[in-house]
Amino acid sequence: MLTFFQQPWDWYIAGPVIGILVPLLLLLGNKSFGISSSFRHVCAATFPNGIKFLQYDWKKEQWNLFFVVGVLLGSFIASYYLSAPAQAPQLHPELVAEMQQYGITDFTQLTPAQLFNWQNLFTLRGFAMMIMGGFLIGFGSRYAGGCTSGHAIMGISSLQIPSVIATCCFMIGGFISANYIVPFILSL
Amino acid sequence: MSNFVETPTQNTLEVQDATRNSDAICTNQSHLEHRWYHNLKYVIVGSLLGLVFVKAEIISWFRIQEMFRLQSFHMYGIIGSAIAVASLSIWLIKRFGLLTIYSEEIHIAPKTFNRGQIIGGLIFGSGWAITGACPGPLYAQVGAGVSVILITVMSALIGTWAYAYLRDKLPH
Repeated sequence: MLTFFQQPWDWYIAGPVIGILVPLLLLLGNKSFGISSSFRHVCAATFPNGIKFLQYDWKKEQWNLFFVVGVLLGSFIASYYLSAPAQAPQLHPELVAEMQQYGITDFTQLTPAQLFNWQNLFTLRGFAMMIMGGFLIGFGSRYAGGCTSGHAIMGISSLQIPSVIATCCFMIGGFISANYIVPFILSL
Repeated sequence: MSNFVETPTQNTLEVQDATRNSDAICTNQSHLEHRWYHNLKYVIVGSLLGLVFVKAEIISWFRIQEMFRLQSFHMYGIIGSAIAVASLSIWLIKRFGLLTIYSEEIHIAPKTFNRGQIIGGLIFGSGWAITGACPGPLYAQVGAGVSVILITVMSALIGTWAYAYLRDKLPH
């Protein structure tokens, strides 16, 4: 059992587990699966500044913040107590070759420390990846009305056309960015 | 009824819903209000999600790059099978009229189309590729101990706030 938890999980285990959270949240309290809304609730709770979009009773949505605390907790437990030491992900050789061109040589971590670290924050490359990237996520997900969880999973599985459109745009934006913008940022 | 705090009138709820539902897909459809500790169950559900995020390498920057370069089926398999399980479950809930554990009728807010889903979607997608994480995995990276991602989360909060501020001037 413990060895199962220590192995990286295949997609056919991970996907259904995520999928089952959707009915679980509905049955536990009529909650629709979604994460990016938590950003909005934090904004509404801290700096509403008279902005109409942030004027609502965020406390009524506090389940979403508890949900986020759970994500933090689960990922902490998984990475500190349930991972076998030094398990390098099996990556596509073309990706490895491409990344090596940009001086990325360590593929053992899920979040590459050669890109994401405190020193890099003050380089152009690090600024673009961590600060600009984060801004685009927050701005774009709210503009689109949801992120991967709210649109791609919750929205599509409840057969909502706007969510299908949003998900297609996520993918188009991602394809363009990963193939043209990310290589540019990496070359900075 | 001792578990419930006093509920607002139907009228105030409708006004609140109108603001709350604007561009937010994951709204709380429950009209019941509970004491805070009822929310602890969502910590457990969330931790299951965090566990999967790490164990299936969904938080891996490299896995997201592979996905957007069509070099791996992994992420497509995860999202696809999650949708399959979720849609079957929602169908079953509707088919058998299942209620919540508080005996409430289950309701999913309908989404209406606006151009934000296209423009915002493209912006979000590019952010997803750059950071290698969507909002859930972003939190999970912090939980996994990558402290600098807190800055990315802060930027995402600023991005959300900027959208809220500019919302009336943006095409929808």
